[in-house]
Amino acid sequence: MFDDFFIRALIAGIGVAIVAGPLGCLVIWRRLSYFGDTLAHSALLGVTFAYSFELNASFSVFIISAVIGLLLLSLQKRTKLPGDALLGILSHASLAIGLVIIGFLSFIRIDLMSLLFGDILAVSLQEILIIWAGGFLILIILFFIWKSLFAATVNYELAAAEGMNPDRSNLIFTILLAGVIAISIKMVGVLLITGLLLIPAAMSRNFSKGPYQMIFFSAIGGVLSVIVGLFASLEFDIASGPAIITVALVFFILSLIPLKKMRALQK
Amino acid sequence: MLNQNNLLVKLNNAGVKKNNKWLVKGVSLEIHKGQIVTLIGPNGSGKTTTAKIVLDIFKIDEGELIKNTNKLAYVPQKIAIDWTLPLRVFDFMTLTCKLKISEIEDALSLTGVVGHLYNDIRKLSGGEFQRVLIARAIAKKPELLILDEPVQGVDYSGEIALYNLIKKISKDFNCGILLISHDLHFVMSATDHVICLNGHICCSGAPSVVSKNPAYLELFGERTSSTLSLYEHKHDHTHDSDGSISK
Repeated sequence: MFDDFFIRALIAGIGVAIVAGPLGCLVIWRRLSYFGDTLAHSALLGVTFAYSFELNASFSVFIISAVIGLLLLSLQKRTKLPGDALLGILSHASLAIGLVIIGFLSFIRIDLMSLLFGDILAVSLQEILIIWAGGFLILIILFFIWKSLFAATVNYELAAAEGMNPDRSNLIFTILLAGVIAISIKMVGVLLITGLLLIPAAMSRNFSKGPYQMIFFSAIGGVLSVIVGLFASLEFDIASGPAIITVALVFFILSLIPLKKMRALQK
Repeated sequence: MLNQNNLLVKLNNAGVKKNNKWLVKGVSLEIHKGQIVTLIGPNGSGKTTTAKIVLDIFKIDEGELIKNTNKLAYVPQKIAIDWTLPLRVFDFMTLTCKLKISEIEDALSLTGVVGHLYNDIRKLSGGEFQRVLIARAIAKKPELLILDEPVQGVDYSGEIALYNLIKKISKDFNCGILLISHDLHFVMSATDHVICLNGHICCSGAPSVVSKNPAYLELFGERTSSTLSLYEHKHDHTHDSDGSISK
């Protein structure tokens, strides 16, 4: 059962889940779930670029997602369209363009299913390296901008007034988010990446008392979802992405059970 | 006391435009160490806007802003913290700077909410939350403190105590304070410089001078008429309902 490819998948998945912990919490706190979706959809465009110009897929996805994210930030300042409309435009535009390009690339066989839903069981050693090195870099940068980013998350004006430079940390955060999507696309696929960011963080919120506790349990929840999900994927021969997200959902539902009240009732 | 070495902030003829409409225009003010400057004026007169100019949240479209300090603390008028973020008073106190636990406790004791240190911030009442906001600002030991209606929602006796605290802070820390307040009694009795705002500066000066100014009486006449004798005056302009000036 413990084949090489399975060990590789576990190592890759755990790496992604650890990075998704803090970033998922920030996505929830800042109400950016649909922003995450938009970046993820643009990842499809990134993958087609990688095929067209023979680039590394993670690198290409990172560049395209970062460009779309920064484009959104500047559009928000320049137009009067509300944020959700802008998100919808960018999200579907990049998805559509990506699919059009795939149509033109008929000479290359692209496995659309693995692109959309992940194919972690085919992860290579090089990809593991990218996930861990990229993930480590993301966490280091996050550590350095944390104070400013967190202050801006609680209240933008307080952060701006007291010299925390929130605009700069918002910009860096957008790029970090693009980075997480780039390293996790292989594992859960374009359609489900935001789920991996959101669901463990939402689960953790249900019983966390402080922000750092929420990040910690969010990472733990993500790691457990990956481990259980991958075993299920192998056992029942289902795509790894949906398996992992389904397990995360089960954890989320369990976290809704009010343990304290039940204990009180037993007494 | 008001020499230039003590100058913390100076606004010179500053104005901010939004959607081609001036929110405020021609605002000049100075805040020195140990001085309490208050902004008064009706709703929508640009008090908060002026505070945000000083804080650099709003960039000015004309005039200039000179700032000789970056040790600022801000108590905003309104603040909503998302439920998705679990935040205790303790986490909130250290939001923009590192503090020792003793410093946090001291500040919270001054505003009377030290018992809530590890409570979730959303479980506080409006008045308690306001006290935490003030405590957070003074715990930083700022050189310039900007308070936007700091005692809203605080009970009556607490209001007096907090105003006394604000006065004490300006003396003890020798810090400059820009205060937005509707409490004319406190403004007139305890502050050094009053600026009466209505889209522009209607009048300004020491409280005793401002309270006799016709522009002030025009804006606050009804409330203060009981304490001030009838005063005949000429007034060179009036305000429409949206605050614009008609001669």
